[in-house]
Amino acid sequence: MMFSESDIHRLVDDELPPAQASEVAAWVAADPARARQAEAYRRQRGLLHQRYDPLLGEPMPADMLETVRSGPARKRAAANQSMFRRVAGLLLLTGACAAGGWFGHARFDKSAPVDAMAALPQRAAVAFAVYSPEVRHPVEVSASDEAHLTRWLSARLATPVRAPILGPQGFQLVGGRLLPGEDRPVAQFMYQNTAGKRLTLYLSTLAPGAAGPRESAFRFERVRNVNNFYWAEGNRAYALSGDLSREELMPVARAVFEQMGKNTAEASPPAAK
Amino acid sequence: MEQEALVALIPRLRRYARALTGERFRADDLVQDTLERALSKWALWRPGTDLRAWTFTIMHNVFVNQVRRAALAPESLDPDAGLELEDRSASADTLAQLSGLNSALQRLPDEQREVLLLVTLEGFSYDEAAHTLGLPIGTVMSRLARARGRLALLLEGDGATGASQVQLKVVK
Repeated sequence: MMFSESDIHRLVDDELPPAQASEVAAWVAADPARARQAEAYRRQRGLLHQRYDPLLGEPMPADMLETVRSGPARKRAAANQSMFRRVAGLLLLTGACAAGGWFGHARFDKSAPVDAMAALPQRAAVAFAVYSPEVRHPVEVSASDEAHLTRWLSARLATPVRAPILGPQGFQLVGGRLLPGEDRPVAQFMYQNTAGKRLTLYLSTLAPGAAGPRESAFRFERVRNVNNFYWAEGNRAYALSGDLSREELMPVARAVFEQMGKNTAEASPPAAK
Repeated sequence: MEQEALVALIPRLRRYARALTGERFRADDLVQDTLERALSKWALWRPGTDLRAWTFTIMHNVFVNQVRRAALAPESLDPDAGLELEDRSASADTLAQLSGLNSALQRLPDEQREVLLLVTLEGFSYDEAAHTLGLPIGTVMSRLARARGRLALLLEGDGATGASQVQLKVVK
């Protein structure tokens, strides 16, 4: 009977019918080199289990459990709810857009206190336009290193910052970078969908004395070909920018708003700094 | 409830993801992304078919996408980010090999590592592995053979140097 190298693998992996297995086992045992090979493969298997099996006993992270247990059910509920909100949001938006163009001019008037919010869409749109076409260096820290990204940006912005999860909206995190803002560092997260369309979330903290609303509704502004939704909440201002239609961008902005709102509520009581 | 079957798979997904990525954070991100993807496609899963193979296929796709994206991005700025510090309390031969195992494994090409881990760590049959990865069975077998050959070289040929490299990183 002729056997080959691949039969050693089949033997080690229990891929052979019993009758053939004993023949192959005898063939392997008859030759020290083959026997050593089979032994090495079995040893690898043993080492892999020794090294990684302890993970099976680790407690499951709560967010994983929550994702699965409340997954599809929650999504359905959220979809119904957001349909209502979306309609309400769009109504609100129509008014904001009409006004937005005029308020935009105010930022060039140096005698007035600088409204950090007015400058936001312009800065965010430029940052989007500069970095989103990058093939090799779209971000400074990639999503594969998200834990580091989170620590780094949180340290530089002196407030807990985490990239929202936009998977349900079809966008995966590419990574993030630190950028110079008006008078302080700002964070930019970049996302991409399967079609390769990118969008960025520009996140700035607001100076304690900055003019402008502490809380605001969604505002929309188009800067050249970049559409931006922007808003403020707590001590932060956000702008979501992309070369997407307003209708495409809106649900994503909504998702960011909901997740970031949660973050601020938990993560930045005044004392935490 | 069907989703409980998915919960039951989490420990195995985490074990596989850790061996695949070699890093705790990346591994848990991979699992989290996989679970989210699985739930968003939940309607596509046909009850009665193999949920494990279906979920591992999703993880494979998520992993491949992440690797592709990472290839577009620059290296991490923090040289210590994600570095796995191995526990080496004793110096027996097995322990030395065990501590070098993770780094040796990460030096295999991704597609070889995937096959090796599915077959040896997860106990997939060749047929299941082929199905999960969307490959012909012959490709699974040739990748498996190459992975084993290379891992044997890495562990035996350079087991000692592998361990001392890890030590240097710890000292730093």
